[in-house]
Amino acid sequence: MFLFSLVCSGEIFELKAELNSDKKEKKKEAVKKVIASMTVGKDVSALFPDVVNCMQTDNLELKKLVYLYLMNYAKSQPDMAIMAVNTFVKDCEDPNPLIRALAVRTMGCIRVDKITEYLCEPLRKCLKDEDPYVRKTAAVCVAKLHDINAQLVEDQGFLDTLKDLISDSNPMVVANAVAALSEIAESHPNSNLLDLNPQTINKLLTALNECTEWGQIFILDCLANYTPRDDRESQSICERVTPRLSHANSAVVLSAVKVLMKFMEMLPKDLDYYGTLLKKLAPPLVTLLSAEPELQYVALRNINLIVQRRPEIMKHEMKVFFVKYNDPIYVKLEKLDIMIRLASQANIAQVLAELKEYATEVDVDFVRKAVRAIGRCAIKVEQSAERCVSTLLDLIQTKVNYVVQEAIVVIKDIFRKYPNKYESVIATLCENLDSLDEPEARAAMIWIVGEYAERIDNADELLESFLEGFHDESTQVQLQLLTAIVKLFLKKPTETQELVQQVLSLATQDSDNPDLRDRGYIYWRLLSTDPVAAKEVVLAEKPLISEETDLIEPTLLEELICHIGTLASVYHKPPSAFVEGSRGVQHKRLPCSAGSGESVDSPETSSTAGVSDAPPAVIPSQGDLLGDLLNLDLTPTTTGPPPPAVSTGMQLGAMDLLGGGLDSLLGGDLGGNPAIGAGFGAAPAAMPASFGAPGSGGLDDLFDLGSGVGMPMGAYSPPKSVWLQAMKAKGLEISGTFARRAGVIQMEMTLTNKAMSVMTDFAIQFNRNSFGLSPAGPLQVLTPLSPNQSIEVALPLNTSGPVMKMDPLNNLQVAVKNNIDVFYFSCQYPISMLFVEDGKMERQIFLATWKDIPNENESQFQIKDCHLSSDAVSNKLQGSNIFTIAKRTVDGQDMLYLSVKLTNGIWVLAELRIQAGNPNYTFLFPLPISSRYLLESFSKIPLIFFFL
Amino acid sequence: MIDSLFLINHSGDIFLEKHWKSVISRSVCDYFFEAKEKAVDPENVAPVLQTPHHYLISIYRDKIFFLSAIQTEVPPLFVIEFLHRVGDTFLDYFGECSETVIKDNVVIVYELLEEMLDNGFPLATESNVLKEMIKPPNILRSVVNTLTGGSNVGNTLPTGQLSNVPWRRAGVKYTNNEAYFDVIEEIDAILDKSGTTVFAEIQGVIEACVRLTGMPDLTLSFMNPRLLDDVSFHPCVRFKRWESERVLSFIPPDGNFTLMSYQVSSQNLVAIPVYVKQNISFLEAGSCGRLDITIGPKQTMGKTVEGLMVTVHMPKAVLTVNLTATQGTHTYDLATKVLVWDIGKLNPQKLPNLRGSLSMQPGAPKPEEYPSLNIDLKIQQLAISGLKVSRLDMYGEKYKPFKGVKYLTKAGKFQVRT
Repeated sequence: MFLFSLVCSGEIFELKAELNSDKKEKKKEAVKKVIASMTVGKDVSALFPDVVNCMQTDNLELKKLVYLYLMNYAKSQPDMAIMAVNTFVKDCEDPNPLIRALAVRTMGCIRVDKITEYLCEPLRKCLKDEDPYVRKTAAVCVAKLHDINAQLVEDQGFLDTLKDLISDSNPMVVANAVAALSEIAESHPNSNLLDLNPQTINKLLTALNECTEWGQIFILDCLANYTPRDDRESQSICERVTPRLSHANSAVVLSAVKVLMKFMEMLPKDLDYYGTLLKKLAPPLVTLLSAEPELQYVALRNINLIVQRRPEIMKHEMKVFFVKYNDPIYVKLEKLDIMIRLASQANIAQVLAELKEYATEVDVDFVRKAVRAIGRCAIKVEQSAERCVSTLLDLIQTKVNYVVQEAIVVIKDIFRKYPNKYESVIATLCENLDSLDEPEARAAMIWIVGEYAERIDNADELLESFLEGFHDESTQVQLQLLTAIVKLFLKKPTETQELVQQVLSLATQDSDNPDLRDRGYIYWRLLSTDPVAAKEVVLAEKPLISEETDLIEPTLLEELICHIGTLASVYHKPPSAFVEGSRGVQHKRLPCSAGSGESVDSPETSSTAGVSDAPPAVIPSQGDLLGDLLNLDLTPTTTGPPPPAVSTGMQLGAMDLLGGGLDSLLGGDLGGNPAIGAGFGAAPAAMPASFGAPGSGGLDDLFDLGSGVGMPMGAYSPPKSVWLQAMKAKGLEISGTFARRAGVIQMEMTLTNKAMSVMTDFAIQFNRNSFGLSPAGPLQVLTPLSPNQSIEVALPLNTSGPVMKMDPLNNLQVAVKNNIDVFYFSCQYPISMLFVEDGKMERQIFLATWKDIPNENESQFQIKDCHLSSDAVSNKLQGSNIFTIAKRTVDGQDMLYLSVKLTNGIWVLAELRIQAGNPNYTFLFPLPISSRYLLESFSKIPLIFFFL
Repeated sequence: MIDSLFLINHSGDIFLEKHWKSVISRSVCDYFFEAKEKAVDPENVAPVLQTPHHYLISIYRDKIFFLSAIQTEVPPLFVIEFLHRVGDTFLDYFGECSETVIKDNVVIVYELLEEMLDNGFPLATESNVLKEMIKPPNILRSVVNTLTGGSNVGNTLPTGQLSNVPWRRAGVKYTNNEAYFDVIEEIDAILDKSGTTVFAEIQGVIEACVRLTGMPDLTLSFMNPRLLDDVSFHPCVRFKRWESERVLSFIPPDGNFTLMSYQVSSQNLVAIPVYVKQNISFLEAGSCGRLDITIGPKQTMGKTVEGLMVTVHMPKAVLTVNLTATQGTHTYDLATKVLVWDIGKLNPQKLPNLRGSLSMQPGAPKPEEYPSLNIDLKIQQLAISGLKVSRLDMYGEKYKPFKGVKYLTKAGKFQVRT
């Protein structure tokens, strides 16, 4: 009645009169009216003094009402609030514990500094009150006070008192003390507020059985932070926590699950109890799913984590995740996610039947996800692939637009998982070409057409039809279209020349998108230089995609398991990612399982290792450019970064490469100044990353000028680096380097057997590479390699092998075979290895060539902080087959003219200027250098001279 | 912990707010309204939302959103459970949980909320304890209060809060001592087109109404306790005894409470009491469809199926229905497209049938989805899982109480796909 009346001045006046009335009853009614106005957000602060006057009363209800009012308005009227302090302090001494508790509780809620000061003494008394009800209220009050003034709480020693309360005889006091400490600890991540030791744990476990449901949640959450000393302690805690799984409060259940999931890690797997515990976990989780939808949602998000960590818990419970049509959408989507995670050969038929059912539901988001789920089942459970495909085809027949589009997207993934198996459905897919209006579906369809162009008679027409609106398409579609047409061209070169030219010019000339342009240039260049190589690159075999595409990364999963039941578990993000103000939340880790012997085959370690061994290939998701690039699969074995646009102007490219080379060239060794590398500024930006990598030392280490003149001359050889990791090669580890010794290029390797069995029958082979490197003889490993043994091998190389341009140029792909398997790796050799001994050019020829080169082709680089004389530099360089042809001195500046010849006969000329007293050297590269008769090989390897 | 609570009605008005820490502006609810807008149906609003400075955790019940704003990392289930508890308390106090009743009793609501949560920590959520401190409104008491100047708030320390049995207050006295237990089972099931069970489980609860003098200690035992797959108990139940002897031993709270809830999910134990023969079809051309539903008894354990009702959510394109039922009445709500067929008692001799035509929006395409049927039913004096109470013993008090057990089976989420 009074609720919606306006608080006009008249009404305030009226209330004022009533508040000051002598009649108790009238007073109370007036305060009630005031409170009622307050709750609906009206401003009744003007009545502050009058309401506070009513505080001194023995009527408990009136007192409570006044307190309610005070809490709300004290902040805006701090001076007035002081008037209430006396009554509070007096109430804290009241014989009735209810009043004492109420007073201390209310005082804590008044967030006014002046009042807080008066709070300390009463609070201290109440924390030690004889009545547990007062103590437990006081415990919470410490947390309140800490929120208002943390320093005060620490200065007054309340934290220690609070810690003492953990040992209180009353379980409710313990629970509240734990809750208060946990809350305070959240703002002090590094404090040891909750210093848990076996004694306190024992107290907590005792209190756990007797306190209220809410107290149990606090205690369980606190327990979860403890790390037991050994598996026996772990087991005893688990045993005492297990009964909580039968609690009616779902939050208690989930907190108990968290404690169990965490401490289970420490239990030996062969223990009977471990199995029992696993069995006990499933029913409560299932029960959570029959609760209210909001509870279900949180439970499902957590179950999602639990099944990823321990799939065995829920593996027989598939049916509870079946979707009911009146589930809220957020529950439906989560259930679907878990269904896919639980799908296995045993239950796939049921799952598929369900998914098919869902695909005819009303809700579009849900239907889409269901269709996608069918595709994921196909990839996950190989035996079901055929049924999945036919289910998808059925769905395509429904002609429901969004169903068709989703189906096509997932069929593309199925093609990638099972190549050459289901291509018969392509015709059906092509029928639906016109109805596709979503970029992802269009891109998927184009990919299919390009990939199977040879089986689609009118592939060129289909692709051409897409080409018409090229500029209106999204980038994803444009990229896919470009790739598809190039594929088509390589498969049917005769009819499609025009088409490919059209798309290349669209991509390179008319597009503003750098990715598209770069990809266009790569293809253009590939096709124009070496169509055979292009074919190998573009039509290379693609790695299969693997089933688990959306698993949470294992370390994150571990952390999230420690946070079961919290917001982190709902968001599937670590708390540090979203907790306000980054309070430096500590990352939680699961404890390691006990017993080192069996830890090897525990699911935890093996699953972790499994994932890090072979990170699951990601299905290129929508709009994901990286995914698209992977899709290209430029090289079958390396996963290096895609090549930069090389043809966008030679001059520029040369600059970059030179810059990069020289940058790292001086970075490592010269003068030991770490800042040198930065001296080259922007130049290295476009440099292929691998040049800077250790072991690839191009010119960098070669210059090694800092190490002094006294050092024996000889070509530089980088230190050995690991090429093949033991874990990727069934125990065989290979590290190695390249060197040029006495005019022979050598590959020096150390083979180490880290497996348990003997290795024999070693052999080696190179892929085609830029300089035609190939082994000059067989790999000389004569004795079998026993476990933990290493052997040094030097393999002489020649440069007469087949040539193919690699990226980066000095990349070498190697296959090593032994009795176990064949292993592939790639490494990079220093270019300096290819500098031949007869690289000293005739002075006359040098002069003539130098003059021939137009000035505009020159490029310059500076090497900073070099403290060698020109002679020393010259000597040093000669050791690496970089020869000084002539030296001039002009105005105190030494100019060295250098020449280098590569194994394939390419000459490289350079000028080095050294100014006395100036530590900065200038390199001058006239481009293109070289004699005309080498032009032919240039065109094949256009990048070659960029190296210097 | 929980910082603030907002109660929001169906149309998006905040009609009550309560802050336990510093005041959080109600503008924080805008994020929620945004999500509500997007979700279309109020049921579909995600329960956990993130805003730049707060987390919003909400539940939707009785056409009211209970929205809590929190600032720290709090277990969301804790918040959701608490919000439901608030709703339960309102229901308990006012007989219903609606906007009107909350507004009418706004001061009591405020007192309750203050008592239930202190600085975001739950304080007293047991209805027994609350009722000792804040008396529920009733006409008689308000008359008495006005006459005597008495108050709604208890003046004593709520004893239950400190004893080992916080759920029971001391000094309970009755002239008629009675203890009744209702075993209520709900069948959740999904049947497919052909009538095969896709999924079925039983959710059971034992609701108790105990009015006994003093501190009675009860023991309830079952004939066949091993049926139960998962159980959760009221805190009063001694878990150890259940583990070792499979009996429920407890000191009961006073009045109505849920003693335990359980679940039976082994498929072969879940009997499906009725079968449904249905045929709903939409013609490709033309604007009509056909519907034909027959229901018959399947596994009823010799009992009668009552309160039978079929609900069908029709596709949007269905304009009107022209149906005849051999038994019961049917209604079709044009706005929500819900067809309800209220059958009543199932007569095994003469099976109820509903058939006729559906008229569709002219020109609308054939609906893509087929509507599921939702079945409601009741079977008195039967727990479909076969669970039976064998005896109830009382210790600790001398008198002889009246005892009674009732059984009831209902359909929970019982769906038939078409």
